[in-house]
Amino acid sequence: MHNSEEFKIPIGPQHPALKEPESFSVALKGEKILGIEIRLGYNHRGIEKAAEERTYIQDIYLIERICGICSHSHSTAFVQAVEEIAGLELPKRALYIRTLIGELERVHSHLLWLGVAGHEIGFDTLLMYTWRDREIVMDILALLTGNRVNYGINTIGGVRRDISKEQAEEVLKAMDTLEERTKYYIELGLSETTLVKRLSGVGVLTYDDALRLDAVGPTARASGVKRDVRKDDPYAAYGEMDFKVITEKNCDVYGRTLVRLKELMEAYQIIRQCIKNLPEGPVTIKAPRKIPAGEALSRYEAPRGEDVHYVKANGTEKPERVKVRAPTLANVQAVKQMLKDRFLADMPIVIAAIDPCFSCTDRLVSLRQVDSKDKKTMNWQTLREYSIDWHRKQGIDFKKLNQKLKTNV
Amino acid sequence: MIREVLRSIFKKPATNLYPAQKLVMPEKFRGKLKFNPVKCIGCKMCMRDCPTGAITINKVGEKKFEAVIDLGKCIYCAQCVDSCLKKALEATREVELAQQDIKKLKVTYSDESGNEPPKEA
Repeated sequence: MHNSEEFKIPIGPQHPALKEPESFSVALKGEKILGIEIRLGYNHRGIEKAAEERTYIQDIYLIERICGICSHSHSTAFVQAVEEIAGLELPKRALYIRTLIGELERVHSHLLWLGVAGHEIGFDTLLMYTWRDREIVMDILALLTGNRVNYGINTIGGVRRDISKEQAEEVLKAMDTLEERTKYYIELGLSETTLVKRLSGVGVLTYDDALRLDAVGPTARASGVKRDVRKDDPYAAYGEMDFKVITEKNCDVYGRTLVRLKELMEAYQIIRQCIKNLPEGPVTIKAPRKIPAGEALSRYEAPRGEDVHYVKANGTEKPERVKVRAPTLANVQAVKQMLKDRFLADMPIVIAAIDPCFSCTDRLVSLRQVDSKDKKTMNWQTLREYSIDWHRKQGIDFKKLNQKLKTNV
Repeated sequence: MIREVLRSIFKKPATNLYPAQKLVMPEKFRGKLKFNPVKCIGCKMCMRDCPTGAITINKVGEKKFEAVIDLGKCIYCAQCVDSCLKKALEATREVELAQQDIKKLKVTYSDESGNEPPKEA
């Protein structure tokens, strides 16, 4: 690769421009990007396997910790799938509260993104402003659920905490403040010359490419693809909400900024509707501990795009299989297209523009036996045998270890 | 500009002056757990539902139980509070749980200690 004109530089796994470890190998010619190789897998935590070892109730808290920002998205998607298998009919109030928390989460996520995007282009004032406003919504989330992140509001068969009248008032008050501030940001986004010039024409993803590469969420909507699970396949209480799906035709980072800003305004409207139409009644129904055999696929529109959870139950207390497809996995392929023939300096903002969450994305690591002839993929059994073998060779006596473990228990 | 700078010098900090001034946690906050040994019937539902295995219920006598809670393992989800049939567990608003000594993170609530500050194991 080291000829005189073309060379490759590694960006990541540890790099100041990235917020999370992920490896990008960039082929460059001068300042121009010829191609990018993305390698995922630095954040693999084995959550899916861990979920199979735990009961459904324990899994809610585990799944919630897939992502710190869209934790409610993951837990709701999982709980929805389990409820579908168990055939539970949820009380309306629970669905409304889920929707409300989901939208509050979207508000905090989009404000966070706006700040990060500002920071990436050297507009740190925007970061300070938006993160100040984000505190308001974080406090509201703490008030309603008991925590600022990992709200722990979902449970199988409803939500764990009810909302009182006083709390609803607080939410409405906060929404008024936030709406006013967001209006200012939209005005800023439309008129601030530095912002418009820095973001326009950067990271272009055409309508056709967005469809071909299966982009989701604000990334797709900024390319004119009208795709939103909340409208296409309404879950929770979205079927009864009145809101618009925001699309833009800019196809660039500027478009993505506008989509997110306008989505904020829609989110405030949905939150107001939730509070206004909040039905009376219980917030939970009794759910069985053992979920009957079956499988379900659940879709959820997370702030970053469509989040898909697949759960397979086998009639016991533990799920047989849990599969998570986070929105970043769908969007990360589009980054390659966005950066082709662009300058290296655009890379941080273009990557930031899909609002990546790499620890959500890293779900699967496939292991290949490099030393064997056919380079087969290792399955669980062979991996286990291999690891026991490897440890034996290191001189670890399993008999002693087992005895020690037994005595400790 | 200069006026702005001068004003900022004499303004009090926007952040909370933490050790002196403490934030009050919201009502639904899930903090340190509190165990009431009188109410416990030893069904161990909390042990079964705890995602991290932070809570252990031991039988110490006839119809007497103690709870050992590992504050380092606890993720403060308060699922045990929901699972408890007799409402023997309760989430408090206590947040300052940092310790210099790792052993102090394991807290035992037994009958003698009751609701008094728990004796540390």
